[in-house]
Amino acid sequence: MKTIGVVRFLGTNCDRDIWQAVEMAGARPQWLWYQDHFDPSDFDGLVIPGGFSYGDYLRCGALAGKAPVMSDVKAAAEKGVPVMGICNGFQILCETGLLPGALVRNENLRFIDQWSPLKLVNECPAWRSPAPEITLPIAHGEGRFVVDEGMEKQLWDQGQVWWTYKDNPNGSVGDIAGVLNSNKNVAGMMPHPERAVADWMGGIEGLAFFS
Amino acid sequence: MKVGVKILPRTEVLDSQGRAVEKTLERSGRLLNSCRVGKYIQLDVDAATKDEAFEKAKDIAEFVLYNPLIESYELEIL
Repeated sequence: MKTIGVVRFLGTNCDRDIWQAVEMAGARPQWLWYQDHFDPSDFDGLVIPGGFSYGDYLRCGALAGKAPVMSDVKAAAEKGVPVMGICNGFQILCETGLLPGALVRNENLRFIDQWSPLKLVNECPAWRSPAPEITLPIAHGEGRFVVDEGMEKQLWDQGQVWWTYKDNPNGSVGDIAGVLNSNKNVAGMMPHPERAVADWMGGIEGLAFFS
Repeated sequence: MKVGVKILPRTEVLDSQGRAVEKTLERSGRLLNSCRVGKYIQLDVDAATKDEAFEKAKDIAEFVLYNPLIESYELEIL
């Protein structure tokens, strides 16, 4: 059975949802506390859940990016361990430099909480994609992905765009909802697959991400 | 010694907060060319000289206070 580390900071609030999604997908979740250090070889994958780490102080994900646990997440990523950041987890991975770009306030200044249709652009070998087109919940105030033109071109050219929004709710550059690092083992997305893992939630398309 | 760190969104990045403030001002008849919203951080560091304080503040700012992809910063000795 695969072991998936679930990283928790003060203010993380999607951790129990990720834990349950990982269990439902047949893997064994294990907590990783923000002050902890760990051995990357003990894990088959790492998930950084959403929430409001450090109360979103300074910039979303900036302070969490400097927490002790992140030095080991970086080491794990460099060794090829699959890492996925969702929502605030995506912001944290961008702030640490494990993923390109940054996430800033939504264009319309509103916190957006809705189901958003997404399109798969490039498969991530580490985290499965359920289908080429899916719909997942989004819930964020600062989810507008920004990157300079040169880097945007690189993302498209090198197959690092993971998912795009079909309706671009937040003003992200190139409709980008999720990206991959150049090695394709680190992935981040603003939508919440863990909130779509049972029929009563409104969809089960998120489960495949954890399988 | 106290050092101020002024952080503003880069001009290439759409500053949605600044735009909202600008629209409110315009709606109330206070016309202006533009408005950008950033943040101001005050540091107190041990330093014998202004240069030393400046170097320490620069290291702190570049470590975590600002994100060069989306923001620019300026230091001022207070």
